Amino acid sequence: MEGLERIVKEHPFFAGMQNAFCDLVCGCARNVRFEAGQYLFHEGEPADWFYLLRHGRVALQVAVPGRGAVTFQTMAEGEIVGLSWLIPPYRWTYDAKAIGLTRAIAMDAKCLREKCEADHDLGYEMMKRFMPVLIQRLQATRLQILDVYGTPA
Amino acid sequence: MTAAITAADPMVPRVARVLRRRRNGPQVFTLDVEPEDPAPAFAPGQFSMLTAFGVGEAPISASGDPAEPGRLVYTIRAVGPVSSALTRLGPGDLLGLRGPFGMGWPMVEAPGRDVVIVAGGLGLAPLRPALYRLLAERARYGKIVLLYGARGPADILFRNEIESWRRRLDIDIAVTVDHAPPDWRGHVGVVTRLIARADFDPLHAVALVCGPEVMMRFAIAGLGEAGLADDAIYLSMERNMKCAVVFCGHCQFGTVFVCRDGPVFRYDRVRSLLAVKEI
Repeated sequence: MEGLERIVKEHPFFAGMQNAFCDLVCGCARNVRFEAGQYLFHEGEPADWFYLLRHGRVALQVAVPGRGAVTFQTMAEGEIVGLSWLIPPYRWTYDAKAIGLTRAIAMDAKCLREKCEADHDLGYEMMKRFMPVLIQRLQATRLQILDVYGTPA
Repeated sequence: MTAAITAADPMVPRVARVLRRRRNGPQVFTLDVEPEDPAPAFAPGQFSMLTAFGVGEAPISASGDPAEPGRLVYTIRAVGPVSSALTRLGPGDLLGLRGPFGMGWPMVEAPGRDVVIVAGGLGLAPLRPALYRLLAERARYGKIVLLYGARGPADILFRNEIESWRRRLDIDIAVTVDHAPPDWRGHVGVVTRLIARADFDPLHAVALVCGPEVMMRFAIAGLGEAGLADDAIYLSMERNMKCAVVFCGHCQFGTVFVCRDGPVFRYDRVRSLLAVKEI
């Protein structure tokens, strides 16, 4: 468990977090690995876990009829995979697939939600850390849908 | 009385001949040209006015190696009548050439610092001369990081060169595409997302940014979040350049003229202008 705590504390997402909060968070964490091609989760499934990537790359995909699985974003080491665990109905809205060997910390979302509900200071701390990630993803998506490299009319 | 036009008249193009034409992607071609007079030296980031005879003139940034004598290289996307005519030229065809013009990348300020290059789409072309210079004088710089975003894998410019730079091991390169086919195994997402993943010292770095203006605004925000000061960020602006020598005023951008004071600007000097929609 000590090793896991160190890994969680060293992940950029939890950088600088108070030890007391870290201890609470670590109680919901476990080490996982995915082989290339393995799915972390599928669209429509309950968002019971989210992942802090430590190594490897994960493709976020949506199945499009006639086009198969379309990758709209890839996530790399130091980043978070999975945000839907934060907001009801807690279901994934896309697939997440390991591109190569991927190591991650899996966080039990239900466990963390319960701890955040019981300790609003922890909840606020988690929100402060997740909101910038959400905003960055929103901004990146805005730029992506603008299709700025398209041939000018 | 009409003034006589002399060879020194900045509006008179010199004649140049196309030596080579290569396709770099959908509607994007690179021309190697050789002026009939000795080729003028250019600084990375400068542009020339290229004439497709009988059609018109367009500003195009140099994309070749500034250390290579005798020839000039331009990478052009066919979007309008002039650029389309230029991209149809083949070996032996003639074109007009004025310049080079403008202020280039901060090659004097960069030594001793990390250099972060953020390029989007065709924006890699004006940055390629800077990369040639940086790699030719590699020992003078700290880390060199190239972050490049393209629309899709087929749109990635200078792919073979990017792969050869990667093999050097003294430059960090990350390439991403906005839209990926199923067989693409690289990064997917906008180029600005690569900034947070890049390894450089923001307190001792300079960033060179070129791409569509919206992408540059997002990149500047990302570089700022990474800790770069506004006066360490340089961007290449694209405006409606016509004469290239401050006669016509078409490229006036607030108080500056892009043809003379740019196209490369230090961000803190144009920050307020970038927010003005009317210009």
